[in-house]
Amino acid sequence: MKIGRRGFLSFVIGGAAGTALSPLPWKLTDDSSIWTQMWPWTPVPKDGETSYVNSVCTLCSGGCGITVRKIDERAVKIEGMKGHPINNGGACLLGLSGLQLLYGPTRIKSPLKRTGKRGQGGWEKISWKAAVSEVVEKLGNLRSKSQSHTVGFVSGSDRGTIPRLFERFLTAYGSPNLMRMPSVRDSYELTLHMMQGVQALPGFDFENADFILSLGSGIIDGWGSPVRMFRANSAWQNANVKVIQIEPRLSNTAAKSSKWIPINPGTETALVMGLAHVIIKEYLYDTGFILNYTNGFEDWKRLVMDNYSPDSVAAITGIDSGTIVVLARSFANASRPLAICGRGDGSSPVSLKGCTAVHALNALVGNVNKKGGVWAVSDTDYISWPEIEMDSKAAAGMQHERLDGAGSKKYLFSRYLMNRLPETVNSGAQYPLQALFVSGANPLYTLHDTKSTEKAFDKIPFVVSFSSYMDETAQNADLILPNHVFLERYEDVPAPVGLIQPVIGLAKPVVEPQFNTRHVGDVIIRMAKGLGGSVADAFPWDSYYSCLKETLNDNWETLVDKGFRSDTELMNPTLESSFDTVSGKFEFINPDTGSMPQFKPVSIEGDEKLYPLVLIPYDSIRLANSYIGDPPFAIKTVEDTVLKGKYVFVEINPKTARSAGLHEGQRVLLITPKGKAEVKIHLFEGIMPGIIALPRGLGHTAFDDYLAGKGINFNTLIGTVEDPDSGMDTAWGIRAKLSKV
Amino acid sequence: MKHNKAQKFGMVIDLDKCTGCGSCMVACMSENNVPFRKDESDKFLSITWMRVYRLTNGKPFPNTDICYLPRPCMQCAGQHEGHSPCVSVCPAIATDYSTETGIVSQIYTRCFGCRYCMASCPYHARYFNWWDPIWPDGMEKYLSPNVSPRMRGVVEKCSFCFHRYQLAKEKAFMEGRRNIEENEYQTACTQACPAGAVTFGDLNNPDHAVYNLVKPDHKHSGRPTNPHAFRLLERLGTNPKVYYLSSRKWVRQVGDNYLKNEAKVKKPVHHG
Repeated sequence: MKIGRRGFLSFVIGGAAGTALSPLPWKLTDDSSIWTQMWPWTPVPKDGETSYVNSVCTLCSGGCGITVRKIDERAVKIEGMKGHPINNGGACLLGLSGLQLLYGPTRIKSPLKRTGKRGQGGWEKISWKAAVSEVVEKLGNLRSKSQSHTVGFVSGSDRGTIPRLFERFLTAYGSPNLMRMPSVRDSYELTLHMMQGVQALPGFDFENADFILSLGSGIIDGWGSPVRMFRANSAWQNANVKVIQIEPRLSNTAAKSSKWIPINPGTETALVMGLAHVIIKEYLYDTGFILNYTNGFEDWKRLVMDNYSPDSVAAITGIDSGTIVVLARSFANASRPLAICGRGDGSSPVSLKGCTAVHALNALVGNVNKKGGVWAVSDTDYISWPEIEMDSKAAAGMQHERLDGAGSKKYLFSRYLMNRLPETVNSGAQYPLQALFVSGANPLYTLHDTKSTEKAFDKIPFVVSFSSYMDETAQNADLILPNHVFLERYEDVPAPVGLIQPVIGLAKPVVEPQFNTRHVGDVIIRMAKGLGGSVADAFPWDSYYSCLKETLNDNWETLVDKGFRSDTELMNPTLESSFDTVSGKFEFINPDTGSMPQFKPVSIEGDEKLYPLVLIPYDSIRLANSYIGDPPFAIKTVEDTVLKGKYVFVEINPKTARSAGLHEGQRVLLITPKGKAEVKIHLFEGIMPGIIALPRGLGHTAFDDYLAGKGINFNTLIGTVEDPDSGMDTAWGIRAKLSKV
Repeated sequence: MKHNKAQKFGMVIDLDKCTGCGSCMVACMSENNVPFRKDESDKFLSITWMRVYRLTNGKPFPNTDICYLPRPCMQCAGQHEGHSPCVSVCPAIATDYSTETGIVSQIYTRCFGCRYCMASCPYHARYFNWWDPIWPDGMEKYLSPNVSPRMRGVVEKCSFCFHRYQLAKEKAFMEGRRNIEENEYQTACTQACPAGAVTFGDLNNPDHAVYNLVKPDHKHSGRPTNPHAFRLLERLGTNPKVYYLSSRKWVRQVGDNYLKNEAKVKKPVHHG
């Protein structure tokens, strides 16, 4: 048979048409999808009985209530707890990705002892018994040599039973060296002490304020209790409350505020003084409050009137004097205005003069301990434990000055100065630190000047980490005693700083411990028992659970059942009882030190000629910046103008970039007096010319491949700047330059 | 038996309140077993059913402004209900429009990965699984049985948490009710939003908050009558069920492809 051209074409076309009309193509596409999809390795989550557990999230100090959905014994979803006084159903992205921290690969699965050199990642699994006895032996030796004071503890918090157990342990053992990680709370506590004579927490009645002046505080960028602030921010929108944001960069907070006023970085206090000037000059202040409840106003007034006219303030801040006058008037004329400070997420303190200036501004308009104002909140003290009976060794140890200098002659009223520890250890000026315990903190990542912190850690012969994750500090420890993560353990959670109503939360186990970890509370009790004598006697409990249950006493049932306890009846302090100073009044000038609110520039490191730019950090709620690193879900939300591959973007104004010949996406070397890093350029109109900004929370060297090696840790590029009044680290930036690669 | 009235589930996102915090993105990922990889900075490959975009007004310092815009699947109805851009091109009927709920489904086992729907979706709401999902050792424990994990070679997208609708319906049925209440069916992102910027409900039901926020004109393919409300790329005529609210004009304008100096909003062009 001869196949001609015509015949061939008919056959092909006919065949194609025939096949197309048959069910064959459809069957084949259907089958192909089945053949290529039914892989045995695609997980099929097991179904089971659904249940919910109420608990508290402790990934930050926000204190949000959470409801965890479980399928049989697995936790499958974290949600905000409805009806909770802090977050009422809302949740931040870190809390929502908490299960990745529970089941994630960065968990430390058993006690680990270092093998090989520090920081090289050689670990040997050991038993809990061996781990605790090693610690006990070390501590016992030091104590017998009368060196108990050379033991230090670093904690993320000093509130609640766990930090209090650390404190108790150290007191009974004989060391004054309990240190809390720095935050703007340090500045506020000191301010309240200096001006009101109280030892209290700052409280802000945001929900009732009707005018917010934020001096760079990232209201929706992680400042305070984040979800509470988100909710307050939305409530302000509904109620048309004015929010004025003062900072050199258009942050999310600035973008959401009613008005963003850019300011030369580091000059916020000058603006505050300028506002005070206008308010005093135009008699807009609360005369009743000033007359009846304050002391030293006249002297401060003189200082304000002599030095801070709108014109001179305009020259410092770069804000024109007309804007300053209008802002001062609208602040003073609002019925419940509120000024707050603490840049970004509030993880760095501000200078004492700066913080007292903000407090003085609030006092000028009389909104201290008042509805919609700043409160001095005395911590709800539900912890009453028997007195510690110190033996002679403990008493002798406690006689030593703290290594960080808090409470010393120079920094008498500061309570903790963790920022000073690296320098003290490195200089060897005081006694050497022989052992350091770290819990709920990651100082090797979060403290400014990473290199100096690393150097100090190298000098400490024995470092113990209680971390649940392989973070930077754990990586450089000698011994890791992994704590349960928050979804596996009981822990009381006091109301977050900034809240005015007393709320206690209880974190409780949602699932069984996944690995061979142990509650840090139990480990401390075990350590005390191991040391014996008066140290053991200070811990009459056989477990942390019994200690907690006994401590919470009558609240226990409610807390286990509901997850929180909140007293709706607010104890509004009367003005008469608010001031515990010698004069019984609000002190504009501290009588002991003569310190007065005023603007003293905090000068940053670097020579202007060598480093023409100023580098500042910025915070984002999407980048966890505390001891917890971003889990995979959270890092996934980071934009590609912030992080691309391993490069972080430095924000720069197009004008500045143009004059330096830089363009979007270009790789450059960012150099500061402290270090250098390769970064990419991101042109951003919302940043002041001459300023560049980097996000905090990136550049981890520890944790897992989902987080490590992405971008640069801002703290490696910045140094510390010690506030002469408080000893706190008030560095807000550093001089920098960009050079092409 | 009397049939229920057709529902039209929709979402209203208040961009004045949205802070760009990303809670909606993560709530969605953890609710829907969305996979993740070691490097997620290439956003063309990063699977985010809900993605928050950052808009800027492009003005120089200090008149710059930022607005965040969360983008789930728009659940387009098209000009004739069911004529969504993606549904009308899918050769495998792997994606379909439900006239009962107004939700565009995605059936993974039917999808054979031609990605025609991705090309047709003007919102980039659809994502392709270029790789098999990998959960690091132990992390599969948190996977929810309500949503099946996807495999390499299929397209996925936001479902308005359809499994939550199914669960709510089941519960109502067990209790002898035919209809579900507004609060019984809420998406994970709505629930998680700490700013209260997201509202979800039935756009056909005048008692629901979403209806009252935008006052949709159903005679004109659901166009909002609230002057502050807008939909993305309104002029394409996709008839989306996600509405945005903003008091800022520049934000409302970037919601559509406006030409420079274009003054008036033109009527939507009707396609198909």
